[in-house]
Amino acid sequence: MTDDAATARRATIRDALGLGVAVGLYGAAFGAAAVAAGLDAWQACALSLLMFTGASQFALVGVLGAGGGVLAAVGSAVLLGTRNTVYGVRLVPLLHPRGGLRRLGTAHLVIDESTALALAAPDPGNARLAFTVGGGSIFLGWNLTTLLGALGADALTGPWLAALDAVVPAAFLALLWPRLQRAWSEPAAQRRVALGGAVVALVLTPVVPAGVQVVAAVVAVALAGGWRR
Amino acid sequence: MSATWVAVLAGCLGCYLLKLAGLSVPAAWVEHPVVRRVVDFVPAALLAALVAVQAATSGSELVVDGRLAGLAVAALALALRAPFVVVLVLAGATGAGVHLLQ
Repeated sequence: MTDDAATARRATIRDALGLGVAVGLYGAAFGAAAVAAGLDAWQACALSLLMFTGASQFALVGVLGAGGGVLAAVGSAVLLGTRNTVYGVRLVPLLHPRGGLRRLGTAHLVIDESTALALAAPDPGNARLAFTVGGGSIFLGWNLTTLLGALGADALTGPWLAALDAVVPAAFLALLWPRLQRAWSEPAAQRRVALGGAVVALVLTPVVPAGVQVVAAVVAVALAGGWRR
Repeated sequence: MSATWVAVLAGCLGCYLLKLAGLSVPAAWVEHPVVRRVVDFVPAALLAALVAVQAATSGSELVVDGRLAGLAVAALALALRAPFVVVLVLAGATGAGVHLLQ
């Protein structure tokens, strides 16, 4: 291996591990949000182990916490999970996941961060490395901090519980924020879509069963955004 | 099995199958322009709807309490490019503060 290649490899591993640590903070917020929504620590950990896609996990517990039913909760998680299908399509030419088991394992690690790492890598070799090291370190950090967040939130009472109630919408806003900034594609359209989603959800809240307003807002606004060129 | 467990496990299965589909289906199915645009816009609509519902509703009622104050502080912190942890701590402190004042 040449010096340049070794340097690129080290940079790839450093970036991948760094992201794993950073994402861990969101894991603690998720564990706490899950408990605030009425799930137990087992259910919070099951989501981080088996679903392992942050926005969908937040959505599922958010809808359940708002009093929503199973269909609304699963529907919102799955709607957000469609992103990962698009990521998978972009990753196939880089990762070439051959063989059944390899494909099943690779699929579990397809998330926002691992995709971004793989697509940003300088060549396919580093892309595979970034995807595996990044996806693996995020998986470990995310699951560990989910457990800590869930156990920590379980012990909260009084003003601490009020603090947690205020943290949950703030965490959703922090997930949404980067999509509304100039660096994202079509930020103006994204802002209209976000405003539309919030307004439709609030208007529907008094008239539909809890949780349904979230899914209804998404379907209405995403379809409107999809066809308006 | 409780309804919560059903939601947890069904959601996990659905999300995993969507990930697997990306590695398995022909690219043309997913790269269709209408599909692409809908997928691009779903997160903003859903996250914004969840922000609104989490911050300003309780059951089927619209309510104003410490959560909305915390959200306003969080938005200000995000606009000032504060790190994630700082945003959450400020929102939580605001929510607790409003609770103690009531």
